[in-house]
Amino acid sequence: MRKYTPKDSVQAKAYYTDRFHVVPSVPTQDVSTDEVFAKQLEVLSSKVDIKSAYIQIEQMRVEIDHKDNFKAIEILKNECGYAMMSEMSAVDYLAQDGEFEVFYQLLNLEERKRVRVVCRIPQGLAIESIVPLYKSANFAERELFDMFGLVVNNHPFLKRILMPDDWEGHPLLKTYPLHGDEFASWYEVDKIFGKEAREAIGPENRDPAKIDRYDTKRFSRVGREVPFGADISEGEPDTPIEYSQTLLVDYNASQTQLKDRK
Amino acid sequence: MQQPNKLTPFFENLNFERDDNTMVINFGPQHPSAHGQLRLMLELDGEQVVKAYPDIGYLHRGIEKMAENMTYNEFLPTTDRLDYIASTSNNYAYALAVEKLIGLEVPRRAQVIRTMLLEVNRLLSHLFFIATHALDVGAMSVFLYAFREREFGMDLMEDYCGARLTHSAVRIGGVPLDLPDGWMINLRKWCDGVEYELKHTYNALLEKNRIWKMRLENVGVITPEDALSWGCTGPMLRGSGIAYDIRKEEPYELYSELDFDIPVADTNDSYGRYRLYMAEMLESTKILRQLVIMYDDTEPQLMAHAPAYISAPKEEIMTQNYSLMQHFVLVTQGMRPPKGEVYVPTESPKGELGFYIKSEGEPYAYRLKCRAPSFFHTGLLQEILVGTYIADVVTIIGSTNIVFGEVDR
Repeated sequence: MRKYTPKDSVQAKAYYTDRFHVVPSVPTQDVSTDEVFAKQLEVLSSKVDIKSAYIQIEQMRVEIDHKDNFKAIEILKNECGYAMMSEMSAVDYLAQDGEFEVFYQLLNLEERKRVRVVCRIPQGLAIESIVPLYKSANFAERELFDMFGLVVNNHPFLKRILMPDDWEGHPLLKTYPLHGDEFASWYEVDKIFGKEAREAIGPENRDPAKIDRYDTKRFSRVGREVPFGADISEGEPDTPIEYSQTLLVDYNASQTQLKDRK
Repeated sequence: MQQPNKLTPFFENLNFERDDNTMVINFGPQHPSAHGQLRLMLELDGEQVVKAYPDIGYLHRGIEKMAENMTYNEFLPTTDRLDYIASTSNNYAYALAVEKLIGLEVPRRAQVIRTMLLEVNRLLSHLFFIATHALDVGAMSVFLYAFREREFGMDLMEDYCGARLTHSAVRIGGVPLDLPDGWMINLRKWCDGVEYELKHTYNALLEKNRIWKMRLENVGVITPEDALSWGCTGPMLRGSGIAYDIRKEEPYELYSELDFDIPVADTNDSYGRYRLYMAEMLESTKILRQLVIMYDDTEPQLMAHAPAYISAPKEEIMTQNYSLMQHFVLVTQGMRPPKGEVYVPTESPKGELGFYIKSEGEPYAYRLKCRAPSFFHTGLLQEILVGTYIADVVTIIGSTNIVFGEVDR
């Protein structure tokens, strides 16, 4: 029987996990343990529905509904002093829940606090852009769209950013293989020579250690040269080693010439 | 696609648009002062930029995807390839994120060595900035002098870890090696050299140079509001008058014990940023001198003791059975940090370099996001280039100090 490989995730997997292995969790603290965060959470919770909130490794993590993302971040920016959006991206949970987890990492420079706003969004829905609040989201949201295929509503210029415009597939999805899919492996060939050239060119060699001993087009074996493209699969001719003639160069000639001229 | 004929001649990177009399020019991706693979599409009205569109992705290697398919220790050398001008700062930022996730305490000597390496890397990066920025603007000799000092700094890194560019000099849980004999003497000498050169060569060549000032003053002005909104960090943020340095505000490693200042420039322009870099280099040498003294009263332990995550020292592995077993498991399966997520910001020479790691308790990170400062600084180009002249474009790109290993990842 063929070995079963799950189709919803082609990422590397641990080849062995102990039967009794219990996964521990990073400790979390209640938001009330930090005065500043508690106050900010109060402001936020009065206007936005909060699903969960806790402090993990010195930063507050607030989970909200994906429809409230703009509103929540606007409140954090205008009322809680989070003047900078350091980072935003998504985590792929399509296989488990059919959802993306989008996170926004915000920074308050005055109080030196960082908060992470998290929301889950089902596949196929679009998330609201926060470019009107933070311009840094411009590139970040484009990257999000490029890497996950998650559409961002009202983005000024939603276009692929890292991958080519005519690329198919979204590389950071768990279903996308590390070495690229069928489309990726033929991308250059298709684009430069056309699909019909696939057979003539052949698949890309991804094995850096691969040596084809009958290949007489790409390598010359010093002392065992054969004409370019010769077929040596039936056995190669025994060629005597010929060393190239060494030309003696007179390095002093130019100097003497100079001297003469002087 | 442009159809070339006698009236509209085809030039490789020019495109004339007859209707509105603007010209679209393709700057890069192979332009020598594009600092790597930046392609800028500029729409010009005469010599003035009307619209700028940075096109990136020419160096995209999928490092975040690779992180999801590599164990935590396997991935560490890959981080060298982010900001390849100062590799150790990437290694460190990643190692720190994993350590925070696990909850590790790093031994003091390792902390001293790490902070030293970070500051050496900051100097390497800043020297590179001064050199290439001056070269872009047209001051060739500064490039040669700054690269000479940078070579000596790279020799220091080579003495420590054997590599000049991709250091991988930090490990998760500490550092692999102690400093070699006489390293700190060389470090002191180098600091003297850098300080002397800063004062007598770079400053003498640039600081009051009329051409340099004319090319840099009031060029590439970033208002504080823009800097915040575009996510500028590091010298780009401090160059706009906002004194926020993660080393000072959210201290990591030994920075809380060290005495150093955060230079700020409030002119918002390229000249202010250039002076900021010069001042920061002096601060770095100041930090390095303090660290040399701190090194002496530390214990020789270099790696944290956490058998579940970090292999024991080599002597123990070779002599004790249980250490060998654990080492075997860690090498073949990889460490499994607890379930949770972490975002750790560090102050790399370019700005805020942060790693977001989402762990599901597997030996592979479920998601790793690298917050690269240059990525956001590249985004800023589409706004600050508008209204400037084509001759200033190179100056502005140079003064943002972007590195494409980290923009494209």
